[in-house]
Amino acid sequence: MTIRIAAPDTAKKGEVIEIKALIQHPMETGYRSDSKGKEIPRDIITEFECSYDGETVFAANFFPAIAANPFLTFYTKATTSGTLEFTWTDQDGESWSETHDLTVE
Amino acid sequence: MTRPPHAFPLTRRSILLTGTAGLVSAALPFGASATPEDADAAIRALFGDRLINDGKVTVKLPPIAENGNSVAIGVSVDSPMSEDDYVKQIALFSPRNPIADVARFHLGPRAGKAEVSTRIRMAGTQTVRAIAEMNDGSLWKGTASTVVTLAACVIG
Amino acid sequence: MMRACLLAFLTVTACTEASAPDTTPERTRLAPGEIRSGYTFLQPQTQALQDDDFANPGFLWVDRGDALFHEAAANGKSCASCHGEEGEELASAAAHYPAIDEDSGELVNIEGRINLCRARHQEREPLDYESDDLLGLTAYVAYLARGVPMSVDISGAAQSWYEKGEDYFYTRRGQFNLACSQCHNESWGKKLRGDTISQGHGNAFPGYRLEWQSFGSLQRRLRDCDSGVRAEPLDYGSDTYKAVELYLAKRAEGLAMESPGVRR
Repeated sequence: MTIRIAAPDTAKKGEVIEIKALIQHPMETGYRSDSKGKEIPRDIITEFECSYDGETVFAANFFPAIAANPFLTFYTKATTSGTLEFTWTDQDGESWSETHDLTVE
Repeated sequence: MTRPPHAFPLTRRSILLTGTAGLVSAALPFGASATPEDADAAIRALFGDRLINDGKVTVKLPPIAENGNSVAIGVSVDSPMSEDDYVKQIALFSPRNPIADVARFHLGPRAGKAEVSTRIRMAGTQTVRAIAEMNDGSLWKGTASTVVTLAACVIG
Repeated sequence: MMRACLLAFLTVTACTEASAPDTTPERTRLAPGEIRSGYTFLQPQTQALQDDDFANPGFLWVDRGDALFHEAAANGKSCASCHGEEGEELASAAAHYPAIDEDSGELVNIEGRINLCRARHQEREPLDYESDDLLGLTAYVAYLARGVPMSVDISGAAQSWYEKGEDYFYTRRGQFNLACSQCHNESWGKKLRGDTISQGHGNAFPGYRLEWQSFGSLQRRLRDCDSGVRAEPLDYGSDTYKAVELYLAKRAEGLAMESPGVRR
């Protein structure tokens, strides 16, 4: 799964930073049929979490209405230099992660 | 909601279309769709019968979407996001998709700003509801609507 | 079924006014000054998605291609070994494809060129059309040429390919009995249900279509057009589609490459 993260590399202490996250995933709804009329089973990411030095700062639950290749923008307050970790988990418990290091001045 | 002049050109020309009926989508590739009552039920399932106030929540959707498969949506909540006054959760509901639940976002004081955006599927023209739950337990609601139009060429 | 019937009715109403059903469509041309990218026919929010180099989901495939471009094959060669670390040797190449492969004398599109390179220089198996890997590499190479005006060579061995593609463009097909030209030369700018008919240029591809909810090649788009007029789509990589790609590229001469474009 290809993942893209956009977040600043450095921030001032207390600054609210914008984070964007994109992951390749079909988010198959379970409501579509293939060309032979056979139902395509649901296959969706159900959870997203962003932790900052181990503590969850933002999380989401996705339902089938989240568009394919889920995109998110959210914010967090820069507190200390550390690692942002992003984790997406699908309905079967499979997960994909990416990290981004943030330096707080 | 005001529409920019270029955003609703559906009836500008009558050369090609015999009428506008059916232009606004009814038939995306979804099965049975939810109703506004289903959205009410999904909201009750999450928040019980607690009072939902109007206000504090702003939902941004485009006035028109040429495809319901991916519509940009932004939600922001008027909150200081401080240690003792913050948004705990924002939940989105659809009155027309097959499932009324769309997404839930979990925030806290460390978010710094109660603003989230994503892209959603919309099975037709509808008014999406966003409900924010504050740390004091109060609930606030905002809505926005998008007209989803039908594409020219249906494949298969 | 209902939708198909409605579409059939609307399409026939829309596209056959200019020419009687049994005649061969006139070989109408777009005036050079009126060539417009499909981008200009999109709603503002779709344009905004293409313009955002982060949110544009096509970049998921560009990133994949970037990684593959730098991945060495068993013989030690990566694409970057020949074409430069940043692909600088390929900077505008994609804007000049399809092109004649000098060794074989055949017309190749970007996908075909990538597979030829794999076989000749990396001793690798070809990648399948529409696989994420081939889409990724094609997207990366096309992205290197983003903003470059399309310009293909139709002289010499390419000329017969060009003519074959042109013939296809003006030939009626499918249950709707429509030629490409009837929508994209004669009727562009008119409404077809909620859409405005575009001029049918390929400069956004490989690209992300909201309809696909995914990324695809220009040939996938051509297959959709054929399905749209209820004609049997041709096989991926067929000579005819390669010829159509060449014709379309020449027809769009001067239009800037937009891949990874976003279309509805």
